Amino acid sequence: MLRLEGLGKRYPGSQTAALSDVDLEVGAGDIVALIGPSGAGKSTLIRCINRLVEPTEGRVMLGNQELTGLGARQLRQARRRIGMVFQEFALVDRLSVMENLLSGRLGYVGFWRSALRRFPQSDIDMAFQLLERVGLAGFADRRADALSGGQRQRVGIARALMQAPDLLLVDEPTASLDPRTARQIMRLIDELCRERGLPAIINLHDVPLARQFCPRVVGLTAGRVVYDGPSSALDAEVLTRIYGGEDWEKMAEAAREDEPPDEPGEATRSTADQAGTVPPKAGLP
Amino acid sequence: MNRATAAAGMTWRRPPVIANPWLRRGLFIGVPLYLFVALGTLEINWARVMAGMPRALEFLAALASPDFVSRADQIIDGVLESLTMTLVSTFLGFLLSVPVALGAARNLAPVPVYLTCRAIIAISRSFQEIIIAILFVAMLGFGPLAGVATLAFASIGFIAKLAAEEIEAMNPRPLEAIRATGGSWLQRVQWAVQPQVLPRVAGITLYRLDINFRESAIIGIVGAGGIGATLNTAFDRYEFETAAAILLVIIVIVLAAEYTSGWLRGRLR
Ligand SMILES: Nc1ncnc2c1ncn2[C@@H]1O[C@H](COP(=O)(O)OP(=O)(O)OP(=O)(O)O)[C@@H](O)[C@H]1O
Ligand SMILES: [Mg+2]
Repeated sequence: MLRLEGLGKRYPGSQTAALSDVDLEVGAGDIVALIGPSGAGKSTLIRCINRLVEPTEGRVMLGNQELTGLGARQLRQARRRIGMVFQEFALVDRLSVMENLLSGRLGYVGFWRSALRRFPQSDIDMAFQLLERVGLAGFADRRADALSGGQRQRVGIARALMQAPDLLLVDEPTASLDPRTARQIMRLIDELCRERGLPAIINLHDVPLARQFCPRVVGLTAGRVVYDGPSSALDAEVLTRIYGGEDWEKMAEAAREDEPPDEPGEATRSTADQAGTVPPKAGLP
Repeated sequence: MNRATAAAGMTWRRPPVIANPWLRRGLFIGVPLYLFVALGTLEINWARVMAGMPRALEFLAALASPDFVSRADQIIDGVLESLTMTLVSTFLGFLLSVPVALGAARNLAPVPVYLTCRAIIAISRSFQEIIIAILFVAMLGFGPLAGVATLAFASIGFIAKLAAEEIEAMNPRPLEAIRATGGSWLQRVQWAVQPQVLPRVAGITLYRLDINFRESAIIGIVGAGGIGATLNTAFDRYEFETAAAILLVIIVIVLAAEYTSGWLRGRLR
């Protein structure tokens, strides 16, 4: 479905590459969690796929279409096939819930039709169905800024699905939500993707959420893929590789034994860990 | 122990803004000295000032007894012309500002377009209305057409600059989201930019409407029509009572415009 080949990105004026030599394949129905420390390049990777960020190296293949190198017009058409969900919801606040959903169809209708809000009846039917599906029936004419965080993210998800996409990109869908709502939103994304056989790449900060909802995990560190495998195989060793020794050991240690995390003996131990376990490439295919 | 020394009556003074004491004292003495010397170089013709005093008094007296009646027709015509000029020029200015503002927003426009639109804004803002009015009067002849052209041109710089600033400061996420759905540039503007900035831009335009009315009273003096032309004629004929009436009318209308535009802007949240 989606294939990344040697994808790289260097932001202008930056010394180091934000992304280097990323090879990744996502098949039909794959739900992939993308984890890694802050600044690892997760958002960059996701935005390179639909070229909201222009990759500087490598290729992006969606089906058998190469997205890198498409002209402006074809790129817009290709973007219709890729739905996107954002951390801060990215709704247009002053527009209604219905308008926010319909904005998912903008790639399919002309300027005047969209400006006059004359969308095809099929689009409107789809919008009402999706609203009901995400649990927001009756909210169509509410202004988007009059909703709670969880409700806003449901609108964000519904907008992405309005595109009838072949691929869903999700950038930290739960980072602005409380733990319970975060779980509900992840469950919703998971169910919707399964219903449609829709492949998804989901940036997550929360390892337990990744474990619970995503069969496959890709770990990114400093712009490189350091792990690609089943989430069931995520153990301390792998997490150390992804997040770096010290942090992860401290977190795990603190959780397990409820000890003060900066006890001298432990610090020495985790430095040793970090030095010992940085293999160059991922373990699984 | 530490605490004991800290508590003993320590004095405190605000540190001086200019740290160097010599520079500070130099400025304290130098600036008043310069002002004094500069005042001395102004050549004030006291004889002329004294000669003008009676006329000033005459005018002040006229203010106390404004004459709305003898030139009522001209005053009404002038006010209506000014109001028409104001409305038409603000509307035109707004329409012309929209593309300029979009082009002058760094987050929407490519660099060449951005530079062009910023240049248009700079040109429009660098000239006082009077100077623009003199130019347009020379090009289009005396009358309200020159006034409308002047005010519309001046409005572009004002509205487009503030609107572009508003666009640059808006939340970029919705714009990104609309881009991700495959929306075209026009659709991005219509769906992500317009809802975010329209209330503020409407407020800016109302504010400019207010300014344009005041300006319309001034540019009439150089022949660009409106109530300013009527006022100028009244002064030329030494009809100070009529001039006083016109000034009062202008004050009332400016106040009314101020209050209504303020009220309208308050409602546009
Ligand atoms: N627009 C930009 N211009 C320059 N550098 C950028 C830009 N966006 C991101 N970067 C840099 O690229 C690197 C990767 O950033 P990115 O946002 O992709 O990380 P991330 O993994 O999503 O982090 P987080 O978990 O905090 O969201 C960082 O070093 C960041 O400073
Ligand atoms: Mg990120």
